[in-house]
Amino acid sequence: MRMNRSNLSLLCCAGTLAVTLGVSSSAQAEGKSLTMCWAAWDPANALVELDKDFTKATGIEMKHEFVPWTSYADHFINLLNSRSTECDLIIGDSQWIGGAAENKWYVKLNDFFEKNKISMDTFLPATVVGYAEWPKNTPNYWGLPAMADAVGWTYRKDWFAKPELRAEFKAKYNRELEPPKTWDELLEVSKFFTGKEIDGKKVYGSYVFSERGSEGITMGVTNAMYNYGFQYDDPKKPYHMTGFVNSPGAAKGMDVYKELFTCCQPPGLTNAYMQEGLDAFKSGQVAMQMNWYAFFPGLAKDPNVGGDKIGFFKNPAGPAGQFTQLGGQGLSVVAASKDVDDALLYVKWFAQPDIQQKWTDLGGASASKAVLESDAFKKSAPYAPSFVESMGMVKDFWAEPLYVPLMLDMQNRVHDYVVANKGTSQQALDSLVKDWIKVFKQEGKDPS
Amino acid sequence: MSDTTPRPFSEPSPLSRALSAVAVVLYAVIAILPLIWIGATAFKSQADAIAYPPKIFFSPTLEGFVDLFTVQTHQSHEFIAKMAPPTTWYEKIARDRDMVIAGPSRVVERFLNSLIIGFGSTILATFLGTLAAYGFSRFRVPLADDLLFFILSTRMMPPIAVAVPIYMMYRWLGLYDTRIGMILLYTAVNVSLAVWLLKGFIDEIPREYEEAALVDGYTRLQAFRKVVLPQAVTGIAATAIFCLIFSWNEYAFDLLLTSSNAQTMPPFIPFIIGEGGQNWPAVAAGTTLFLLPIVIFTIALRKHLLRGITFGAVRK
Amino acid sequence: MTVTNPARSLAEAAARRGSARFAARAGLSDRAVAWLFILPTMLLLLAINIFPLIWAIRLSFTSLMANLPTPARFVGLDNYVDILTDEDIWANFRVTAHFVFWTIALQILIGLGLALLINQKFRGHSFWTTIILLPMMLSPAVVGNFWTLLFQPQIGPFNYVIGFFTGVAPSSFSMIGSVVLAPWTIVLVNTWMWTPYVMLICLAGLRSIPDYIYEAAEVDRASPLRQFWSITLPMVLPFLMLAVLFQAIQSFVMFDMVNLLTSGGPGSTTETVSITLKRAAFEKWQTGYASALAVILFVTIFGAANVYVRALNWVKQQ
Repeated sequence: MRMNRSNLSLLCCAGTLAVTLGVSSSAQAEGKSLTMCWAAWDPANALVELDKDFTKATGIEMKHEFVPWTSYADHFINLLNSRSTECDLIIGDSQWIGGAAENKWYVKLNDFFEKNKISMDTFLPATVVGYAEWPKNTPNYWGLPAMADAVGWTYRKDWFAKPELRAEFKAKYNRELEPPKTWDELLEVSKFFTGKEIDGKKVYGSYVFSERGSEGITMGVTNAMYNYGFQYDDPKKPYHMTGFVNSPGAAKGMDVYKELFTCCQPPGLTNAYMQEGLDAFKSGQVAMQMNWYAFFPGLAKDPNVGGDKIGFFKNPAGPAGQFTQLGGQGLSVVAASKDVDDALLYVKWFAQPDIQQKWTDLGGASASKAVLESDAFKKSAPYAPSFVESMGMVKDFWAEPLYVPLMLDMQNRVHDYVVANKGTSQQALDSLVKDWIKVFKQEGKDPS
Repeated sequence: MSDTTPRPFSEPSPLSRALSAVAVVLYAVIAILPLIWIGATAFKSQADAIAYPPKIFFSPTLEGFVDLFTVQTHQSHEFIAKMAPPTTWYEKIARDRDMVIAGPSRVVERFLNSLIIGFGSTILATFLGTLAAYGFSRFRVPLADDLLFFILSTRMMPPIAVAVPIYMMYRWLGLYDTRIGMILLYTAVNVSLAVWLLKGFIDEIPREYEEAALVDGYTRLQAFRKVVLPQAVTGIAATAIFCLIFSWNEYAFDLLLTSSNAQTMPPFIPFIIGEGGQNWPAVAAGTTLFLLPIVIFTIALRKHLLRGITFGAVRK
Repeated sequence: MTVTNPARSLAEAAARRGSARFAARAGLSDRAVAWLFILPTMLLLLAINIFPLIWAIRLSFTSLMANLPTPARFVGLDNYVDILTDEDIWANFRVTAHFVFWTIALQILIGLGLALLINQKFRGHSFWTTIILLPMMLSPAVVGNFWTLLFQPQIGPFNYVIGFFTGVAPSSFSMIGSVVLAPWTIVLVNTWMWTPYVMLICLAGLRSIPDYIYEAAEVDRASPLRQFWSITLPMVLPFLMLAVLFQAIQSFVMFDMVNLLTSGGPGSTTETVSITLKRAAFEKWQTGYASALAVILFVTIFGAANVYVRALNWVKQQ
C-alpha cells in the first residue's frame, strides 16, 4: 500500500537525513513549524506522510493548508498577493509562475540551487520549464519541480474485455475494441458504450472536464484542441495569436470536444472537474475517464474498479499531432514567509534523491529523471509507462503574470460554447483572441 | 387591531379557517424540508449522504462531526492495524474508515472568528447607533432627514461593489484579513440598521420623563443614562440581535477581505472537504451548528422581526 | 440630496418639539451632546462608505490592476465605454433582470397569498408563521451551498421528489447543470428564501386595515372578491411596494446564494452582475474596470430606487 513501507526503513531513512542536513538535535528546533500550502487531493495525503520524515529529521513541525481545486488558484493567489505569511512553502500551479516571479511572491532559487548543488538537469525538461522557469526557457528558477502531472485517461479494462461487447464493436466498426489511439476512435468508443447496460446499470461512454469557475474545462478542451492544431501564439512571433488560437484546426478540436461532451457525458456533469470524474468512474457510470495522472495511483488500488478492472492510456492523437495538457506544480518558498531559511531547508531536504524516490512510492509523483526513467518505476504500476510518455508530450497554458484573466476568459468562452451551446466554435475562439489581446495590452505586451 | 375585538361581519368561517390552516402548514412543511435535510445529513455516514436514491432512513453516526473538527489522512488497513489502538471514541470512528486523525481542523478558529467579529461589531454598532438615534430623536439636528437618508443609503450599496475600494483601502491600512478590520466594516454596515431601529424605539419613549428629570436637575447625559436607556433596553436588545444576525450571516465581505486569520464560518463552510470533493456530512454538521443559534434567535425575536427587517419602517 | 426623500416617507416623522427650552443646568449644551452622539456614526460611515466610494470613482478612470506593481494609467472613460459596449455585460444585466423580475413576482404572489391565509387566524398560526420565517433568517451562503447537494441529479432529494410526483426519471434533468433550468433554479431558491419577508410585510399591511371598513362593505353587501379588490389590495399596496423596494435591491445585488449555487454557470446563463463584478475585481484583478462596473451598479440602484420611491409616495397619497 502506498502510505507505508516498513517502519525500519523509515527510521533509518530519517537517521541519515538528520546527518546529511547537519541538524544534530531536534531540541534546537523546538516549537518551530512550517506551513505547506497545496490543493486538497490524493497526493496531498502522501505529502502529509512524507513530511513526517522531515519533522523527524529536523524537529520542525509541518502544518498543512490544503484547499479544494476549484478555489485553489483563487485562494492562494489572493494570499500571495496580499503578502500573507500564512504559507511558508507553497506547491503552486505551473501557470502562476509568471506572476509569482514578476511580483516577487516567490524566493528566487538560483543561488540556493547553486550553493546546494541542486541541478535542474536531474529533472524532466518539461517540468523544469513548466514548474520552475520564468521567463520560460531561461535559467531563472522560482521553484523546484515537485509534482509531475499531466492529463491521461483511464478505462474499464473488464468492460473492454467482455466478449459480447467486443463482437458487437467489431461488427459495427470492423476493428477490435481497444483503448482509442486517436480522438476519432475515442468518439466512436464513447458512443459505443453510451446507453449500454452493463452490470445492471446504464453506462456512459466517457467523462471529460466541464468545470467553469476555475480552470476545469480549459484543462479538458486543450487536450483535443492541441491535437487538432491549436497553438497559443505564433512560434516565430510571440504573443501573436490571430490564426493560431482561432485557427480552423483549433475550432475543429473544440467541436470534437463538444461532440464528446454532448454524446457521452453522464447526466448532470456540466460543471464538473477532477472529483466528479473520479466519482463517475468509481461508481461504474463511465467506460473511460479523463483525469490527472496524480489520481491514478489511488484509482489503480480502488477496491471496486482498480486492479484488473482498470486500464490507462495516454491522450489520443489528432490530425495535428499528439500532445497532452501539462498539470503539476513546483515547490516554491513564499517570499513573505517569516521562516524563509527553514523553508529553504525543506526544499533542500525534498530535493534529495532518496526523498524523491520515497515521494513517488507514497503516491506523489517526483519529476526527477532518476525516479521516472528507472525501469523499476515503469514496472511499478500499470499507469507508469503511459505517464512517462505523456510527460514527454505536454503543453501548458499561458504562465503569464496575467494568467488568471487569460484563464477565466477561456473558461467563459469554452463553457459558453461547449456546455451552454452559445454560437459556434469559430465565434468562441475569435472572441477569445479579442479577450486575450485586451489582457496582453494591459500587461504592456504587444499582441498585434 | 387585535384578537380581542372579534370582527362581527367578516369573521372567517370555520371552513375557510381550516383550509387556510392546511395550506399554510403544507407550505411551512415544504419550506422547512431543506433545513431538515441539512440536519439529517449531519448525522449520516458519507456513503448514506450521497446514496442513490437518497436515503430517508439511515443509522445515525457522528462521523460528520468528527470530520468537521479534525484533519485526517487516509491510511492502509495494515498500517492502521500496526498502530496503537484508538483511545478516544472519535479516533475510533475515524479508524473504522481507514482514516487517522492528524490533528484538529480549523473550524474552531473560524467559529471563534464568527463570534468575535459578530459580537464585536454588534456591541460597537449598537453603542454608536443608540447615541446617534437618541441624537436624532431628541435634538434639532440640521438636515436631520438628509443625514438619516444618507445613513440608510449606505445599506443599499451592493457589497461586492463596495468591496473593491475597501479592499484597496484595507490593504493600504494593513486591515486586510484582520478581525479589527472586519469588526469596523460590519459595524459600519450595521450602524445604519441600528440608528433606524433605535430611533423608532426611542421616539416611542415619552419625552416627558426626561424633561421631568431635567427639571429635577439632571444633566442631559444623566437623563439619557438613567431615564432613557432603561426604557429603551428591549429595543436595544432586539436591535443587537438583528446586528448579530447580519454579522453572523455575512459572506461576501468576509470572502473578499479575509483569507485566513479573520475568516468566519460562512466562507469556510463550503471549503470543508473530505478526501476529495465536499464531505457532505461534515458540511452539514458545520451548517447545523452554525444555523442553530439563528433558529433560536428567530423564535425569540419573532415579535420584533418585522420592525427589524424593514428598518423600522413597519412597526407592527 | 434629492427632493423626494425616502427617509421622509419611510420614517414616521419624529415630532421635533423644541427641547432647548429645558436647557440643562450643567454639563454639555444640548447642541454639543447632539453632535457628540451623532458624529462618531457619521465619521465611521464616511470612512468606510463614502471615502471608498470616492476612491472607487477615481479608480474607475484608471487601468489599475491591484495585483500588479505597475502603476495605474489614466484611461479616461475607456472602462465605461468598454463595459457599456460589451454585449456580455448586457447579457449579464439581462440575466439579473430576469432573476429580479421573477423572484419578485413569485414572492409577491406567494407572500401575499400566505399572508391572506395566515390572517384567517386559525389555531396555531403564529407558530407556523415562525417556521415559515426561518429560511429568511439563515445565511444565504451557507444554505445556498447546501442546495447544491439537494439539486444533485442522482443523489439529491429534489429531483427525486419531482420525479415522484411527475414520473420523470430523477437523473434525467439537472437543476444546476441545465442551460434552461439553471436561471429558474436561482429564482426558485431566492423565492424560497425571501418569500417570508414579503409575507411578513403583507401581514402587517393586512393588520393595519381597520375593521370598520370591512363592516361598512358588508353592510353594502360587497362580495368577498370585491372587498379584496377595493379594500384589501389598495390598503396593502403601500406595504407591498415597500417590500418590492427592499427585495428588488436585495436580489439585484444578490451574490452569496448565486455564487455558491451556480457561480454563474452553466456557460454564463446565471451570471448576474454581482458575479461578473466579483470575477473582474477579485479573480482577474482588473481593479479599474471593476470600479467602473461598481459605479455603474450604484448609479443603477440609486437611480431606480429614487424613481421607485417617487412612485411609492404617489401611491401613498392616493
